[in-house]
Amino acid sequence: MLFLMARLIRMDGTGHTTVAEWSAADDAAFEQAVAEFRSQLELGYIGTVPEGPGKATHVRELPREADLVIMRRPIAGG
Amino acid sequence: MAAGQALPELASVPWRERTDAAWLKRWGRIWHAWTVVYTVPFLAAGAAMVLIEPLAAPVAIAALAHAWIIPELYAFRGASVVRPKGPRNETAEPVAQGLLGDLLGHEERELQRRTGLALEPGGLGVWLVGEAGALLVTPGGRRVHCYCVRTTEPELPPSDRVAHLLLALRVDEEGFATVANHAFAGAPWRVRRRLPHGMRPALDEAKRKAR
Repeated sequence: MLFLMARLIRMDGTGHTTVAEWSAADDAAFEQAVAEFRSQLELGYIGTVPEGPGKATHVRELPREADLVIMRRPIAGG
Repeated sequence: MAAGQALPELASVPWRERTDAAWLKRWGRIWHAWTVVYTVPFLAAGAAMVLIEPLAAPVAIAALAHAWIIPELYAFRGASVVRPKGPRNETAEPVAQGLLGDLLGHEERELQRRTGLALEPGGLGVWLVGEAGALLVTPGGRRVHCYCVRTTEPELPPSDRVAHLLLALRVDEEGFATVANHAFAGAPWRVRRRLPHGMRPALDEAKRKAR
C-alpha cells in the first residue's frame, strides 16, 4: 500500500525548507512533525494549511490529515 | 467567524474596525469627496483669477498645476504599494517562485510571472497581491483600494513575500484588509497610469474579472 508523505515546510531565506514529513500511518514520524511544528510556533511562525484555490486555514495544531502545512511569518501594515 | 478562520495578526490591531464591504464603500466615498475638496478650490481660484485679472494668468496656471499634481501624488502613493521593493534574493527566488506557483492556478501563475502580482478573487473584490502591498478592485471595477502590508521578515525572497500575503488573505480576507494600512482609494485609471508598465496588465485583468 502506498502512503503519500505529508510535508511541513517553512518559508525562509532559502525559499522554503522542508521541516518534517509524515504519513497518516506512521505515528512516530507524525509525532516528530508535531514537535517540529510546535518549535516553529515558538519561534513566531504561523501554521497555515492551503486548501485549494482561494482558501487556507490557520492551524494551531498540526493536522494529521493535511497534505501540506506551511509555516509563515506574521504580516503587518507597511 | 469560525475558530481558526480569524487572522491571528488581528490581535496586533485591536482598535481597528473590521474592514468589510460597507467599510470599503464608505472609505471610497470619503476619498472621492476628499479629492473634490482639494481639487475644486484650485480650479475655481485659477478660473477666477483669469476672469478678474488676465495678467494673473501665470498664478492661475500655478493653481491649476496644483489641482493636477496633488491628485497625481495621491495616486502615485497608491500605486507604489505594489512596486517591487526590498532585496531580490536571487539565489532563493527560484525555489520561492516554485512554491508560490503551486499556490496559484495556471492563469494566475502566468500573470504573476509576467507582472509580479498574484491575482486572487475574493468576497470583497479582486485582489492583486505584491511583495509589500495589495490592490483591491471592488465589484464593478470602478474603484481600487491600495493597501500597504508586508511580512515581518523583509529578507525573504520576493515570491515568498507574495506567498505570505496570499496565504494570510486566503485565511481571512476581511482580517487581511483590517491589518493592512489603507493608503489610497480611487478610480483604476488613476492607479494604472502610476503603476510600472509591466504591472498594468494585472490591473486590467483584475478590473475585467471584477465587472
